[in-house]
Amino acid sequence: MAILLVPIVIVVLLIMFVIGIYNSLVGLRNQVANAWSQIDVQLKRRHDLIPNLIETAKGYMQHERGTMEAVTNARSQAMNAKGVAESAKAEGVLGQALSKFLLTIEAYPDLKANQNFLALQEELASTENRIAFARQAYNDQVLFYNNKIQMFPSNIAAGMFNFAKSDFFVIEDASEKAVPKVSFGN
Amino acid sequence: MWEQIRANKRNSILLLMLMAAVLGLLGWIIGMSVSPDPRAGYFGVGVALIIWFILAVVSFAGGDAIFLAASKAVPVTKEVHPQLFDVVEEMAIAAQLPVPKVYIINDPAPNAFATGRNPQSASLAVTAGLLGRLNRDELQGVVGHEMSHILNRDILFVTIAGVMLGTITLLSEVFLRGMFYSSMGRRYSSRDRGGGQAQAIMLLIAILAAILAPIMATLLYFAISRKREYLADAGSARLTRYPEGLANALEKISQNTTQLSVANKVTAPMYIVNPLQKEGMKLSDLTSTHPPISERIKILRGMAGASFADYSDAFSKTTKHATVIPSSALQDDTAVQIRTGSTQPAESAKNQARNIGNIMQQVAGFSILTCACGLKMKIPPNFKASQVKCPRCGTVQPIS
Repeated sequence: MAILLVPIVIVVLLIMFVIGIYNSLVGLRNQVANAWSQIDVQLKRRHDLIPNLIETAKGYMQHERGTMEAVTNARSQAMNAKGVAESAKAEGVLGQALSKFLLTIEAYPDLKANQNFLALQEELASTENRIAFARQAYNDQVLFYNNKIQMFPSNIAAGMFNFAKSDFFVIEDASEKAVPKVSFGN
Repeated sequence: MWEQIRANKRNSILLLMLMAAVLGLLGWIIGMSVSPDPRAGYFGVGVALIIWFILAVVSFAGGDAIFLAASKAVPVTKEVHPQLFDVVEEMAIAAQLPVPKVYIINDPAPNAFATGRNPQSASLAVTAGLLGRLNRDELQGVVGHEMSHILNRDILFVTIAGVMLGTITLLSEVFLRGMFYSSMGRRYSSRDRGGGQAQAIMLLIAILAAILAPIMATLLYFAISRKREYLADAGSARLTRYPEGLANALEKISQNTTQLSVANKVTAPMYIVNPLQKEGMKLSDLTSTHPPISERIKILRGMAGASFADYSDAFSKTTKHATVIPSSALQDDTAVQIRTGSTQPAESAKNQARNIGNIMQQVAGFSILTCACGLKMKIPPNFKASQVKCPRCGTVQPIS
């Protein structure tokens, strides 16, 4: 009897071990998905902020209509973009348009003295940071998940249940890597 | 950072057990010194263990509330300081943690701490002096440091350790004072009691233990809090991707000469820099709860990138010691580039002082009334009249 019991116990323990790894892998995969959706949340925040920003700046910057239109157009394109690749590209264009817009502001001291605009500028700086940090957090999560998939012993369970590696968020254009510079003169 | 989190949880339990042993021993010695009957010793142990149990429950359930109250931290809304809230939310995103509750300590000395049982119930407190002095990048560095403490679960450990240390200090103090007063009465009664040499020895041991226990506990507490500071610095650099921000912040904080009035021996290890220093002296490198500030700054400035591996290299180069970063953190780590800082002009000392004053008034509940002539009047919260006369143009303004 005892001899029969030993292999049964070993098999049961092994199954429990695999279940444990499987569950932790599922948890990690969900965290990767969640980290990705966090980026979208922050991008939406950026889109919501732009109309306010343009509206406040309009009265002060008649001569910069082109720069403001570029931002508005880039925004609507980013909002209508379908798919990850297209959306990433459109967001990159929007980021560039925003940093250009913020550079031109330097020439308008009246605007920079506007309390309402200062608050919006802080909002924008924070939003750009949030996007960058959400992307960074996503990459951290992907790394952690991919390491788990490739390392022993969790790689066995990952292979058995077909856990695929996740892709990192990579910014292709080097100029997009720079978060728009927001300066706070006062 | 899983290894660090697990180690912190294990250390928290270990510390609780150790404190139970120390308290029990202290109780036994004090009991035996009162009477040679072994039942007195057991009674002492019993009382000490009951105190320990109450403490353990209190520090788990409300240790953070005790610390926040002891530091006179005020919960604030986003309107009081939008930038602080933005920076805290940004760091919460980077660390993938829930946003902690934000408190401001109305004190002109620059400092910050985090407390709580777990990341879900964490609180973060900064002083008005810190907010008024630091620019956005520097504030981010400090908040990143505190967020790392939350991420690593340092907050639970430090909270428990703090409550325990506080009790041991208190118990010893009570016993020593009790001895002092009762010995004055004993002078008259000792003649008729006679003998009891063993009890006299026991009494001596008890006094010695009561003096040494708080010192030992403090030393232990300080030693374990130092490594955490390095780790939190590394975490801040990793989260913000901008080690220079924290380095600049530490530099500004170290130039400060005002003392944080709400800090004491027990709460000191919680702060980002040691708040206790001699009045009028610079925060020097003689502090023992924290690593020397100059060293921390040097390590941060010596980082080639913003990853844990970069901090580890810079640490070894600066201190000539082996790394402080746990191996699991180095394993789950990618190369992280340092980002460019924002171009915010440095503010004059006068402006910084004005900022601090404004923040302190806002936290205290002052309202700002702008007159038609452009003069801003700050109305204190206890101002009862329904209207105020503008001192410049003389018009009478109603107070809403």
